[in-house]
Amino acid sequence: MSYRSNLEKSLSEGRFAVTAEIGPPKGADPLKIRDKAILLGGCADAFNITDNQTAVVRMSSLAGSVILLQMEMEPIMQMTCRDRNRIGLQSDVLGAAALGIRNILCITGDHQSFGNHPAAKGVFDVDSLQLLQIIKNMRDAGIFQSGDSLLAERPCVFLGAAANPNADPFEIQVDRLRKKIDAGAEFIQTQSVYNLEKFSAWMDDVRSQGLDKKVHILVGITPLKSVKMAERMKFHVPGTDVPDLVYERIKNASDPAKEGYQIALQTIQELKELKGIHGIHITALFWEEIIPSLLRESGLHRQR
Amino acid sequence: MIITKQKNFDELLRSIDSKPVFLVGCSECATICHTGGKDEVLALKQALETKQVPVSGWVILEPACHRMNDKLMLKDHAEELNNSTKVLVLACGNGVQTLAGLMPEKEIIAGTDTLFLGEISHITEFNKRCVLCGECLLDLFGGLCPVSQCPKSMLNGPCGGSSHGKCEINSQVDCVWVRIIQNLKKQGALQTLSIIQKPKDWSKAGEMNRRI
Repeated sequence: MSYRSNLEKSLSEGRFAVTAEIGPPKGADPLKIRDKAILLGGCADAFNITDNQTAVVRMSSLAGSVILLQMEMEPIMQMTCRDRNRIGLQSDVLGAAALGIRNILCITGDHQSFGNHPAAKGVFDVDSLQLLQIIKNMRDAGIFQSGDSLLAERPCVFLGAAANPNADPFEIQVDRLRKKIDAGAEFIQTQSVYNLEKFSAWMDDVRSQGLDKKVHILVGITPLKSVKMAERMKFHVPGTDVPDLVYERIKNASDPAKEGYQIALQTIQELKELKGIHGIHITALFWEEIIPSLLRESGLHRQR
Repeated sequence: MIITKQKNFDELLRSIDSKPVFLVGCSECATICHTGGKDEVLALKQALETKQVPVSGWVILEPACHRMNDKLMLKDHAEELNNSTKVLVLACGNGVQTLAGLMPEKEIIAGTDTLFLGEISHITEFNKRCVLCGECLLDLFGGLCPVSQCPKSMLNGPCGGSSHGKCEINSQVDCVWVRIIQNLKKQGALQTLSIIQKPKDWSKAGEMNRRI
């Protein structure tokens, strides 16, 4: 069996996979990516390179992904629909595949009003589901969105999508997941999970529809570093659910960072036991240095 | 209804630059959304005169975007127009351009910002309903338009930012996708949401004119 990427291989062979996020710099210095990559090398099966996350201009995800490839690490190139129309997106898919990128995560993207260029015109020519379907068709049928044929090579990529088990309206989120699978998603990275009870309920629905057999689910983990961060996640970041219990634990802790680390560790341990979960996706915002020990302590550190 | 908003008075003063000005209003949309009806035109006239700006005359066109009517109606104001160097139009962008087309020698000032095609929800409240995309998809979405009402124009929504029925970019605004789901549920047609909607054909939005 040949796999398109290490991530696909790990997941297909039934190993509990780990992915971690590397945010590109607000500048042209490749060392900013290399330093994080050196710190995290060997920790994860693949590394997400974000695409101008929260609509703040950063080094492109394509360039960041290539920097990782040069270090023999495996990128998951994130693509949002906010900044490019279907022509630009398809062109970058071809370019990414040509440069050796084998994992692409399709997301609609944060609205430009959240970022550092709120006066920008958002593109949103297609949405995440349509982007998945477009890339799947380029890969499997050799056709562009318009129906025109690809010439030369097809992009051989492993396709991912995001899912938000916390999102409103809750009752349609599993249907939305199925729709993403139908569109072409082969792996899913969820938003950060703090509310395990709610997440378990979501997973029950996912399993009852057999969706965990159709797609690999990696659960988002974002360790809370401070009371301020817990407050931001609880009250201001759309689509996250930090339960009161977790918030109180951070708020009342003598060392909130240590408590945040412990909460993340416990969450990972519980997730490992949950049926239908295929891995975790760690986003440690400006706190990447804890990832190696977090994985060691949760027994997920292994030779990759 | 084309919904407009009057430009800031100081901005208008700067554009007029104390030159004699003729004021144009519109009997239709700008009247209904209180930006360029008779009341607003007269109020602006008075405010300008208070600032010593000469107002040579005024008219409410019926409506400003009707080129043939404009020609007829403006005949009665030929002298007032002759006495002005600028024409300030309190109508939508369409009305402003019709006037510019009729009077290429005059400096035309847009007195409003044109916001959207919308519903008159209340006498003083207007809500965006259409972006004139050229191909109506309302049948697919329980009669509600995600192209105009979702800030990401998602045809396969909602996005992850929908929260308690509101939009993530403005908590005062309903998430149209939540309303679409509610409508489809009431219509017993929720299963239509399982269909992946294809990317929209934006070439339909490229029409530049239509002749019958």
